[in-house]
Amino acid sequence: MHGFFLGTSIILCFLVLLCLYRGICGPGVLNRIAGISAIGTKTLVILLLMGVIYGRVEMFVDISMVYALLNFIGTLAVSKYLEIEGEI
Amino acid sequence: MSAINFISIFFILSGIVFFFTASIGLLRFPDFYSRLHATGKGDTLAVFLCFLGVSFFHGFNLTSLKIIFIAVFMLLAQPTATHAISRAAFRCGVRPWMKKKGEDK
Repeated sequence: MHGFFLGTSIILCFLVLLCLYRGICGPGVLNRIAGISAIGTKTLVILLLMGVIYGRVEMFVDISMVYALLNFIGTLAVSKYLEIEGEI
Repeated sequence: MSAINFISIFFILSGIVFFFTASIGLLRFPDFYSRLHATGKGDTLAVFLCFLGVSFFHGFNLTSLKIIFIAVFMLLAQPTATHAISRAAFRCGVRPWMKKKGEDK
């Protein structure tokens, strides 16, 4: 069962690399924000699977919760800033 | 390997499939709004399925309840963030992608 979780984490890391292309050279600020938000969403699942692999889920769940909150608030803050600024 | 493990593997594998389609959509769609459409819906369902699978694997206790709480929170937060960023893009003047007039066949 641990091998399955390890393989799933490796596939997710590969998908993070795919999203990082959009984060680095996507045209404009908004595409970069979309890519970084997708990377943060995948990082949540990677953190939880790491917790299962190490056998300490009850510690990694709290880190995952904080990461979800930070990802959400960061995306909201950047979008509000762009909306007030009015120009990209 | 018990039945709980099979249910967990099924949920996590379907979540991985949704993650894969969302990433391909983010990489290959032509326009900002369509990219956001791919990643906003696909990632939400994928996170929900993966967390449900890990929660089934872990059993029934407080940690599993916390995992379900994070899944429900992501189910609320991800569409809100997608809506906020797409509204910011619309107010900044990003136009949606249209087909050219000559090639609509």
